[in-house]
Amino acid sequence: MKKNIQEELQKRILVLDGAMGTMLQRHKFTEEDFRGERFKDWEHPLQGNNDLLSITQPEAIADVHRQYFKAGADIVETNTFSGTTIAMADYFMEDLVYELNYESARIAKEVADEFTAKEPNKPRFVAGSIGPTNKTASMSPDVNDPGYRAVSFDELRIAYKQQVEALIDGGSDILLVETVFDTLNAKAALFAIEEVKDERNIDIPIMVSGTITDASGRTLSGQTAEAFLISISHISILSVGFNCALGANQLVPHLEVLSAKTDFAVSAHPNAGLPNAFGEYDETPEQMASQIKEYVEKNLVNIVGGCCGTTPEHITAIANIVKDVEPRTIAGS
Amino acid sequence: MMSDNLKKQSTTKNKQPKRYLKLSGLEPLVLSENTNFVNVGERTNVAGSKKFLRLIKEEKFEEALDVAREQVEGGAQIIDINMDDGLIDGKEAMVKFLNLVIAEPDISRVPIMIDSSKWDIIEAGLQVVQGKCVVNSISLKEGEEQFKHHAKLIKRYGAAVIVMAFDEVGQADNYDRRLEISKRTYDILVNEVNFAPEDIIFDLNIFPVATGMEEHKLNAIDFIEATRWVRENLPHCSVSGGVSNVSFSFRGNNPVREAMHSVFLYHAIDAGMNMGIVNPSLLGVYDDIPKDLLERVEDVVLNRRDDATERLLDFAETVVGTAKESKVDLSWREESLQNRITRALVKGIDQYVIEDVEEARQATDKPIEVIEGNLMTGMNVVGDLFGSGKMFLPQVVKSARVMKKAVAYLLPYIEEEKLKNPQADDDKGAGKILMATVKGDVHDIGKNIVSVVLACNNYDIVDLGVMVPPEKIINAAIEHNVDIIGLSGLITPSLDEMVFLAKEMERQNFKVPLLIGGATTSKAHTAVKIDTQYSNAVVHVNDASRAVTVVGDLLQKDTSVDYKKNIKLDYESFRDKFLSRTKKKEYKTIEEARANKFKIDWATSEIIKPNQLGIQVFEDVDLKKLEPYVDWSPFFRGWELHGKFPDILTDDVVGKQAVELFDDAQKMLKKIFDEKRLTAKAIFGLFPANAISDDDIELKSEDEKYIFRTLRQQLKRREGVSDFALADFIAPKTSGKQDYIGCFCVSTGFGADEMADAYKADLDDYNSILVKALADRLAEAYAEYLHKEVRMNHWGYSNDENLSNEELINESYKGIRPAPGYPACPDHLEKLTIWELLGVEEKIGVKLTESLAMWPASSVSGYYFANPEARYFGLGKIKEDQVADFANRKGISLEEATKWLATNISDD
Repeated sequence: MKKNIQEELQKRILVLDGAMGTMLQRHKFTEEDFRGERFKDWEHPLQGNNDLLSITQPEAIADVHRQYFKAGADIVETNTFSGTTIAMADYFMEDLVYELNYESARIAKEVADEFTAKEPNKPRFVAGSIGPTNKTASMSPDVNDPGYRAVSFDELRIAYKQQVEALIDGGSDILLVETVFDTLNAKAALFAIEEVKDERNIDIPIMVSGTITDASGRTLSGQTAEAFLISISHISILSVGFNCALGANQLVPHLEVLSAKTDFAVSAHPNAGLPNAFGEYDETPEQMASQIKEYVEKNLVNIVGGCCGTTPEHITAIANIVKDVEPRTIAGS
Repeated sequence: MMSDNLKKQSTTKNKQPKRYLKLSGLEPLVLSENTNFVNVGERTNVAGSKKFLRLIKEEKFEEALDVAREQVEGGAQIIDINMDDGLIDGKEAMVKFLNLVIAEPDISRVPIMIDSSKWDIIEAGLQVVQGKCVVNSISLKEGEEQFKHHAKLIKRYGAAVIVMAFDEVGQADNYDRRLEISKRTYDILVNEVNFAPEDIIFDLNIFPVATGMEEHKLNAIDFIEATRWVRENLPHCSVSGGVSNVSFSFRGNNPVREAMHSVFLYHAIDAGMNMGIVNPSLLGVYDDIPKDLLERVEDVVLNRRDDATERLLDFAETVVGTAKESKVDLSWREESLQNRITRALVKGIDQYVIEDVEEARQATDKPIEVIEGNLMTGMNVVGDLFGSGKMFLPQVVKSARVMKKAVAYLLPYIEEEKLKNPQADDDKGAGKILMATVKGDVHDIGKNIVSVVLACNNYDIVDLGVMVPPEKIINAAIEHNVDIIGLSGLITPSLDEMVFLAKEMERQNFKVPLLIGGATTSKAHTAVKIDTQYSNAVVHVNDASRAVTVVGDLLQKDTSVDYKKNIKLDYESFRDKFLSRTKKKEYKTIEEARANKFKIDWATSEIIKPNQLGIQVFEDVDLKKLEPYVDWSPFFRGWELHGKFPDILTDDVVGKQAVELFDDAQKMLKKIFDEKRLTAKAIFGLFPANAISDDDIELKSEDEKYIFRTLRQQLKRREGVSDFALADFIAPKTSGKQDYIGCFCVSTGFGADEMADAYKADLDDYNSILVKALADRLAEAYAEYLHKEVRMNHWGYSNDENLSNEELINESYKGIRPAPGYPACPDHLEKLTIWELLGVEEKIGVKLTESLAMWPASSVSGYYFANPEARYFGLGKIKEDQVADFANRKGISLEEATKWLATNISDD
């Protein structure tokens, strides 16, 4: 599959899907919907545990994937952003982590295969989404105790390893370490992936996507775009990029840094603009697409999609912009 | 299958030229061919910096961070962090320090070099740093398997690596071995481990030259040539090394060392060495090296002549000679008058100053011009040198001695001039500063040092001495129309005196700035408790060098308004931060703390009955006996020379000055011993005792009962840690076992004030301060000596002990001797009980002031606890519930208890 996606990357700019959360919100699922039959007696509230919907509302998840493929996406992300024991601890569902990831990957893969079968000249891929967890390994949550850490590298590594194994078993073609706000968390994920690759003697393409939190131009843990790039370039990855926090427009200078400094492919999946006063993302598909056009004109990216607030309409608009455009040249290949 | 594919791709990539070593902290560091030599900061290395080791051992992580920060500010592009020391838990220290470093963006912007010979420390370090680090180092020493294993993990953690030229046989010490090992390791790393070649840094072993050994002659040139070969034949890698090794045989001769480092680097960089550890203060500029020295150094480094070493050695002696000329060489007496005066001041030589000043007086119209002209010119040089760290405190105090002598000589002429010419204004000093040790406190060494240094800077000092009541300070300030008031204190009750004085200054509408200093003071206390009482500037100043800048800023006419305003704001924001920080600390109730007290198993714990119960007095002990027990490190610290004794005597930076000071101290000690200038007295008692409640110890002396009230830790800490009180170390009555306690007071201060005053009257502040500092050390030594005697004989629970002085200082003995007013029992009130119980004042004459400071100041008092499980601890902050309980137990008002315990009561 690696070879496959590498080949595709040479030919064109690949399109990643848009937001999962935004699409699920449309269903207005209730606590009961989240629980389904299986967890109706769970002792803790489950509403908001989107990852769980892969088990309790699998059709809704499959439908979102379907809509994004239909909109023109080449790659969809599994519904596993919070699929680690660390993030699932909020719901006391640490024991379900393997199943959640496996099922999510399986559902996405099934839908992808449907589309690939219909359109063999445009193979569709599944990226196993590996989120940052809700803890940071290089920052203290306690301002009065800067040396304190809420999570250790080893705790992260073990949690990520579980997630990675399940994502691979479920059929992921790619692993996407994303929304990296603390590079040390990402390094623990990459460490876990390397361990799994080593133990199983397999290879699987890895995408890494960081998050520049604000106008300072740095990650939450303080690194500049180039420092971030250097910190995650020790293993051979498929692509490096940025997602979330900023809109397409604000990402440009940071993508320029990556594009100039890396031999890997470059990805971007920005939000639909910056949130408005109500916390909603209101950049229209046309507005967003017109900014993605700048990426294309500047030859900055190889993979592009959307993050918070983006919908199949946004993806269609983006897919139209990048269609028939020469991708950024990937050095060394 | 896939892996093979990948490898092929990456080998294709290998053929591309130019792969650079890229590292990152918060910001990137890329070593391209355009990058200059990358300097690695080495001060955060416990093996290389005694100061850093001390800070880590004492868990002073804040100050340790300052060391790191200074390096980055000083231009280090990578910081090397090493915690390999037998006496610290290296892994824990590494993780803790790195976590703190990461939280400081001004430090963590640069990449980190994790330096250890222990793999578990390296790995622990790699797990806490987000940026791309350098591991320092791995080698084939332990064989290929382990080497590969570590390299693979390092790659997986995303770090670059330093490879030492070391294999199963040993260290590479010649050209061929360096090539052999670097080639072999490179091939393993690149071909077998798939390590990126640009992430490999070779340390090809820099060894000393000019050692006199034939086989060391090629050490430098072999390194340089091996570097050249590696950079040409092993693509993309880097070469590093610790440069100061090369000049090891010239330790103590910095001019030659500096030249050797410059020469070595010049050639090594040319050969391709692109990073390394260099002490910037020991590095000259290649072009500035005198030609004759350069030639000889290059002969040695490049091994150009057979007799190179001998020639450099001969030459080095002349270089040393010029550096040390002052002792014998009087050629400076031929120089101009100003140069002679300046030199006398800088070097602290008072022999000729009177004749020089007389010559200057005859050359000027008014004698005052000699002070304002010649002497101040010289003192400005002293000030600049001190400010830039090129002179140290003891030297400055010696300069002051010369200055005072010169001024004293001129005074009669100035008075005469005034009579002749009465309208001339006489108040031309830079400013007038009142200095006082507050009421109830007797400690004045620090205050005297600050006074002397300020006087050197042309400030008029009004020194009111020790135990100065507030009304006297206020009156003197008005009478002398002073520009600044400086308060000093060493014991905690003095803090309240300072607060009171600030209130009083506010009430009387004072405008002058208030300086706060002394061992017990802190910026936090100043900001929270003192600054809020006084609407004008309050500044905490704890060392002499800072005092000069602060006073300068406060009195500088054009900028002082802004400076004061900024100080006020700074203290306000510091206060806000401090208060919001302390709010988060959690405390247990006193009941909870008691429930978690330190439990000794009294059924099995061995209690030894003292050989001699009751009270004993020693008068007039031979002071010479105490000398071996002196802990010298605090003595040097008092003079702002930092480092551990005896290593401090050979320290690169302060060593020379430390030796000189130590010399002077030895001479003074001899005088004290020979002329019996000080008298030592001691009293101690050993008594049957039991704990009668969780926190109270009752003892019996001649059928009279006395009770010591102890305080218990309340700060919430991690589970499994007990909340200590001293009472935990004494068997409770309920155990049915008879236990024992001791207490003591020693003093070596009788005669110290007289001796110090005599020096002061002779305008010799240096020796005046020296006497007091030594008396303090002797008192501590006496406490140490007496404790040992008690352990081995009088109590006799440890009669087989055989500890060195160093072990004594490190408190390796069994049992403890905590002192009221210090961390385990910060409450000074219990001294009253000790005084009453032993009859201290009647029997040996040591008094307590109203703040419960001991007089003479060079005195130590405390308890003896013999249980092998007794240990030193810090009480930390306590809560109001314990204060109320304490007041109740002690039978004093809550108000009084609060006053005495103020500094230990949590503000939350």
